[in-house]
Amino acid sequence: MSKDKMDAYWSETQRLMFIIMALWVFFSFVVHMFALQLNNIVILGFPLGFYMAAQGSLIAFVVLCFWNASAQNKIDEKYGVAED
Amino acid sequence: MATKTEGSTFIDNLGKIYGYYTGGFLGFTILLAILEQLGVPNKVIGYAFVFLTIGVYALIGWLSRTAQLSEYYVAGRRVPAFYNGMATGADWMSAASFISMAGGLYLQGYDGLAYVLGWTGGYVLVASLFAPYLRKFGQFTVPDFLGVRYEGNLARVCGVIVLFSASFTYIVAQTFGIGIIASRFLGISFEIAVFVGLVGILVCSMLGGMRAVTWTQVAQYIILIIAYLTPIVWLSTKKYGIPIPELTYGQALQDIAALESKLGIVKGHVAAFADAKGQFSWDRFVNYFALILCLMVGTASLPHILMRYFTTPSVREARQSVGWSIFFIFLLYFTAPAYAAFAKLEVYSNVIGQPIAQLPAWVQNWSQVGGMLTINDANKDGILQLAELRIHQDIIVLSTPEIAGLPYVISGLVAAGGLAAALSTADGLLLAIANALSHDIYYKMIDRTASTTKRLVVARALLVIVAICGAAVASTRPSGIIQMVAWAFSLAAAGLFVPVVMGIWWKRTTTTAAIIGMMAGFVICLYYLIMTRYFPEAFEAMWGAKLWFGIQNISAAIFGLPVGFALTWILSYYTKAPSDEMQAFVDSIRRPKGAIAWTKAAEVHE
Repeated sequence: MSKDKMDAYWSETQRLMFIIMALWVFFSFVVHMFALQLNNIVILGFPLGFYMAAQGSLIAFVVLCFWNASAQNKIDEKYGVAED
Repeated sequence: MATKTEGSTFIDNLGKIYGYYTGGFLGFTILLAILEQLGVPNKVIGYAFVFLTIGVYALIGWLSRTAQLSEYYVAGRRVPAFYNGMATGADWMSAASFISMAGGLYLQGYDGLAYVLGWTGGYVLVASLFAPYLRKFGQFTVPDFLGVRYEGNLARVCGVIVLFSASFTYIVAQTFGIGIIASRFLGISFEIAVFVGLVGILVCSMLGGMRAVTWTQVAQYIILIIAYLTPIVWLSTKKYGIPIPELTYGQALQDIAALESKLGIVKGHVAAFADAKGQFSWDRFVNYFALILCLMVGTASLPHILMRYFTTPSVREARQSVGWSIFFIFLLYFTAPAYAAFAKLEVYSNVIGQPIAQLPAWVQNWSQVGGMLTINDANKDGILQLAELRIHQDIIVLSTPEIAGLPYVISGLVAAGGLAAALSTADGLLLAIANALSHDIYYKMIDRTASTTKRLVVARALLVIVAICGAAVASTRPSGIIQMVAWAFSLAAAGLFVPVVMGIWWKRTTTTAAIIGMMAGFVICLYYLIMTRYFPEAFEAMWGAKLWFGIQNISAAIFGLPVGFALTWILSYYTKAPSDEMQAFVDSIRRPKGAIAWTKAAEVHE
């Protein structure tokens, strides 16, 4: 594999990593910093701030992990570095 | 190639095998439920659950016994993503998740959710930063990676030291949990119960290493998830007529709020970052996020978890496997807050305000398990007030079925689940320690000519010794489960995260920088932990405060991490850049296809 192609592959991989990390920071920390304010909104008995920490962020984490796997696979295939 | 065909038939039939197994377990539970109705005593039901499940794990362990290296260390690298996810789920969810977490939520309300968030979100880091690259590297242990990437035994030894400290602390917590369950359900003293549990741990992991542990963990996951969901689905149906507790506990939260105002509780269950008076507390706020960060980074640094991604057939499956891992973990974690809410509702509405003399048998039973439940009629009115009931967080989950008046068979089921959770994690941890000692220390550093048989004998002997030490420490009851586990996470986070993540993602990271950064981070974390826990006076005399910035010692990594990062980063610029050979090695683990470009320092690689 040529160096240019490897660099392009790696920069695309890095970009995906940074997007995932940004979303991770948002769902792990940012949203919960507003828990007090969000708790004023109540849906089906759940104060929203509590809900986000108990369930909302967890759903986001599961989606992020599966999405990361499929997006990275696409990059691998695009550059022909997927395993045979 | 008889063994190979045999192995592939086994893999092809996994669905069927575990399907029958699940059916068998449900049938067994129903049978015991019928026996209970026919008047079989509770004690017999408790014994049946404890011994039958341990027996099944031992059987699986025995059937998967192996004397082949790659089977022993990495289960032959052919565990499909889905099943590896399940095994990781069991490996991951320990006594802390199963037994203590909902209890922590019960006692702390919103602030306890830091554990729920911290113990799930870390998988995003595992998925994106670690798993595929470690799988491509494809050796046996995490210190292996450090030894190759940082060219030599010093990095390897540092890795083993951190691994050992974190995993050992963690094992003590698991053995402690097993002690609580065995003590309550077998009616024996805590100190003896710990050693009974120890035998259970050993039969699963000793014979077949990673292969045995993998297939037992899948079996243990199935039991633990059934056990966790059953009582709470039951309670949800009984209370609100809908069998989906994750939806109905919003209603339970409202009911709790109503009871809180009736009982005069100022700090509400859902109130975020509130102190005892219900006011916003900056201290709570800071500790909440510090804990989340430490638990998440710790997740991505725990060797017994990372090790599980060495066992998949490919890099692609390693990535998918992280998705399945967090999915299976999620099933329990997003139910835990519901568990806590329903337990609280039961206690507030059916236990508080009752005449103490008429409290049911569970109070008596749990009072006998070493100070876990105390009732003290302070005002001598014979009625139980909220302040007179002290219930330890480690028994909330185990006692809720009894508190809520469900049949005893459900209590037995929950005990079996808690046991499965604690045993599976203890097995994974023991294996991580024994592998690091036998592979990284004994084979790689002491005797490079050791035969396969000899290496496996050493691994097994070490496993037994470490397990006995763990049980001995656990029988002294050093702390609550959840605290001990959180310490383990901080230690792993402070010591292992930086060298692994920078080793993969930044080619410029040099050996000297990584080793100094790693040990500095680890030592600061360890110092803070030990001083604030065991020598608070000396710490205060030295620093003029009980804690640094008010951060609790369960989040000790918050100080080690930035120091580790900064030192590694700065020193890398001041030391000689890694060789071209090393750069080629890093490139080769970054792409899934192709061979690894081994460096000379890595020497032999089987």
